[in-house]
Amino acid sequence: MERDQGLKASVRKAVQGMSARDTIMARVCEALRLPAPMPHMKSHALELSAGLNADGKSSGLTILPLEAATPWLPDGGDTPEEQLALLIDNLEKLRASVYQVPNATVAAEIILRLASERDWKQVAYHGHALVEQLLAGLPCATYRVDSGLETDTFNKATLESCDAGITACEAIVSQTGSILVSSSTCGGRSLSILPHVHIVVATHAQIVATLGDALHEAKARHNGRMPSMLSFITGPSRTGDIERILVLGAHGPKELILILLPDTGP
Amino acid sequence: MNVSLFIPCFVDQMSPQVGLAVARVLERLGHTCEFRSGQTCCGQPSFNSGYWDEARAVAIRAISVFAGAEVVVGPSGSCVAMMRVFYPQLLKDTPHETAALDLASRTFEFGEFLVKQLGVTDVGARFPYRVTYHDGCHGLRELRVKDEPRQLLEAVRDITLVECDEPESCCGFGGLFSVKFPMISTAMAEVKGGSLARTDCDFIVSSDPSCQLQLDGWLSRNRKKPRTIHLAEVLAGFDA
Amino acid sequence: MSTKAPTTLTNASPMVFEAKLPYLAKKKFLHDAAEHVRDTGHREFVQKALGGYYKSRDVQKSRFHDWESARDAASLAKWSAVNRLDELLPRFEANFTANGGQLHWARDAEEARTIILQLVHKAKAKAIIKSKCMTSEEIHLNAALEKDGYGVVESDLGEFIQQLRGEPPYHFVFPCMHVRREEISDLFGKFLGTAPTNSPEELTMIARRHMRQLYVDADVGITGANFLVAETGQISITENEGNARLTAALPRVHISLSGIEKVIEHLDDLAVLLPMLATAGAGQQMTCYNTLYSGPRREGECDGPEEMHLVLLDNSRTAILADPEQRDSLHCIRCGACLNVCPIFKNVGGFTYGTTYQGPIGSVITPHLRGLADWNHLSGASSLCGACTDACPVRIDIHHHLLRNRRNAAQTSPSLLETIGHRLFVIVASRPWLFALGGWLFRRTLGLLKVMRLPLLRDWLATRDLPPAPRQSFRAEWAKIRKTTDSPLSK
Repeated sequence: MERDQGLKASVRKAVQGMSARDTIMARVCEALRLPAPMPHMKSHALELSAGLNADGKSSGLTILPLEAATPWLPDGGDTPEEQLALLIDNLEKLRASVYQVPNATVAAEIILRLASERDWKQVAYHGHALVEQLLAGLPCATYRVDSGLETDTFNKATLESCDAGITACEAIVSQTGSILVSSSTCGGRSLSILPHVHIVVATHAQIVATLGDALHEAKARHNGRMPSMLSFITGPSRTGDIERILVLGAHGPKELILILLPDTGP
Repeated sequence: MNVSLFIPCFVDQMSPQVGLAVARVLERLGHTCEFRSGQTCCGQPSFNSGYWDEARAVAIRAISVFAGAEVVVGPSGSCVAMMRVFYPQLLKDTPHETAALDLASRTFEFGEFLVKQLGVTDVGARFPYRVTYHDGCHGLRELRVKDEPRQLLEAVRDITLVECDEPESCCGFGGLFSVKFPMISTAMAEVKGGSLARTDCDFIVSSDPSCQLQLDGWLSRNRKKPRTIHLAEVLAGFDA
Repeated sequence: MSTKAPTTLTNASPMVFEAKLPYLAKKKFLHDAAEHVRDTGHREFVQKALGGYYKSRDVQKSRFHDWESARDAASLAKWSAVNRLDELLPRFEANFTANGGQLHWARDAEEARTIILQLVHKAKAKAIIKSKCMTSEEIHLNAALEKDGYGVVESDLGEFIQQLRGEPPYHFVFPCMHVRREEISDLFGKFLGTAPTNSPEELTMIARRHMRQLYVDADVGITGANFLVAETGQISITENEGNARLTAALPRVHISLSGIEKVIEHLDDLAVLLPMLATAGAGQQMTCYNTLYSGPRREGECDGPEEMHLVLLDNSRTAILADPEQRDSLHCIRCGACLNVCPIFKNVGGFTYGTTYQGPIGSVITPHLRGLADWNHLSGASSLCGACTDACPVRIDIHHHLLRNRRNAAQTSPSLLETIGHRLFVIVASRPWLFALGGWLFRRTLGLLKVMRLPLLRDWLATRDLPPAPRQSFRAEWAKIRKTTDSPLSK
């Protein structure tokens, strides 16, 4: 007890001249000298975490790897058919629209129809093969957000005035109906959040079962150089702040549309 | 079995019929009951107020009163929780820790004892009334007793058992909380009492006499129809 | 459109909901609680609002194959991170700065405010947009920015409404759950000049239209963070509206504020934590936007902030860390589930607590953050029903911590009256004859005691009846029966 108090006093004295970082880290190290008990758990997790040392430091066993917890989480679907069915169901519940189309021509027709029906003046997009093939025959103006990377021609005001934004995506998660976009592969940060309508074009091959799968793939895909933004989009923007009543389109897109193409060839 | 009755302090003084009903049911099932008159209080009021040294003194005494008992059964979720869940914590790292753990392993709440220890759900009772069940928080969350009282009630002849819309919501007693924060306690009684009364029942069955005190207090003041009754009293109403 | 408009038109400062002096907090709490419980209309309104949440939460829980085991996984993920903060904070720092982010450390609220003010000043900010951040409420950031002449607009709809009302958030996930649509319509009419409407949809669209230009014009965006991922140096932000995404996309400078305890070790911990946060917090399968930020815009990206700053805040979190018994209260993911099930919260409302963090978890940590002696009443204002502990997705032992706070308060600042009372009770409880005598006296004089209006008894009798005392105690009845017969009572 006395030794502890002596140690605390010397730590306190040392921190007086230290930077905020060093002070906080000293406090953290001092605080963690006493171990806290493990959480009280049910049997499953207890068996699997049996490899931990009493002081809580990992004994080399990763603490409850995600594979162990996955069976307890909601379904993601075991086969591509199950995953697709689950995805469609989730998107419907989220009030997102989904179109399964046989080819890019039909996809472009859908966009054309939307643009005509809604009298769109300008549609924003980014440079991506899947996206660009959808713009054929659009009656309105288009704005490419990433056209001038050297001269930086991204223009917030122009994007704000666009009626819709079209992006690719990195993955689609059937477990939650989420669409993963990134700032490096899907036209930056604003394209998928500022326009009133967000259209995502993807292939069936991009569907993964769970959030864990999507994160795992993202790590591998970007190989240590993560994009500055990765975002799971789960439905159109929404709020329940007013009397807990659901309203779509709080600040982000009021409408989310997913266009699913067949898998591209090898 | 020889059951040592754990009669909480206010059951002893204010609702003795509950203790007598417990003994009646157990004896009807062929067990003998003893009442060790050395018992007084489990120490929960001091414990909940944070005066753990005082609670410890009372706990140590209670443990010695029940030393050697084959099994200890009490008609109160909160008092049994005190003995079973909190005595071992209160007496951790003291010479009494082992005795506390030992007592905890032999102490049961009345409804849980009948169903889980004796394997009995039908005690041959008859209670021709419409009832609903109020889950006392200590019994529900510290002892994990939820199905057992309902199983026992469902086996009672001529009873009608209905659920209120918030069976698990707290009645607001919380021991001294009821008088230290009386306005909040009353608001909680209003919410739970209201929910229970809306079932249009004749009786509200409870396994915790402290909840009964709170609910009856509010129901009576607000001229609502139902009154509470302890589970043991319902089960002690034998059929012919 | 000026960003100054909403805030300068209100006079209230955040301190209005707090007691003038720390030691007055308890008195204010008792006063506000009494007033609030009388407002049955308000209580019913909030209860109704939560009714929908309970239903959808249960639906989402049932989609988990094993919700209880998932809670174990989530609690382990937070436990292993918080108990290795000494290792994981530096790891996070290294990865975050390697991504181009700038990390700042703040020992307390004042230091955090100073750092942010300096950053805003350096950025020559003309307009600041902000997304929901409870930590910023904790340090009273908005008041400091406004005092320095910067207009801050809260972009989250609920926070925006609260900002216009001059109130702090009522609940940390549903900031304006106590406000009716007519009141919002009047508010928007007064501050934004819009026509009255009864439609939540139209009201939301008014806010949407108002905000859009603010996002485009803002040069600084301030956000919080839900998680700090040590493995990758990313911060994770969860929201439904998209306002945080916009706040971190359009302005030139992004400042994020987070407590040090938000660290998790692995990116894939989020695969468990995010669905559970959504389920427990809002009864949703997944919150609408869950976004990971590594740093400012990278080379090759067409937009995004040029600078990203993260301010890491201690402000007594290390004090909680140093208490192994209650260290798990740092596992909190701020989902608000404990508030949603707490009968105290539902009956006294979010403002009665008089401090940033309301509800059960707020009652646990506030004495640590702001002093036990002045704030222990929050731990006392609970029946210890345990609904909070059952609801917590990361298994924090919430209601038992309230008990422990009470014990700590009794040890460090005991009440003389209570100590005497409990000591007397020990004396009586240790002597069965005295206990029986005391009980007999109580029963005999109960009628008289009721009339005398003794404290405690009179507090009970103000709103509740007491039953008449029975003639005999159980022990007396038992002794009588046993003396006259050995046969079972059932005869």
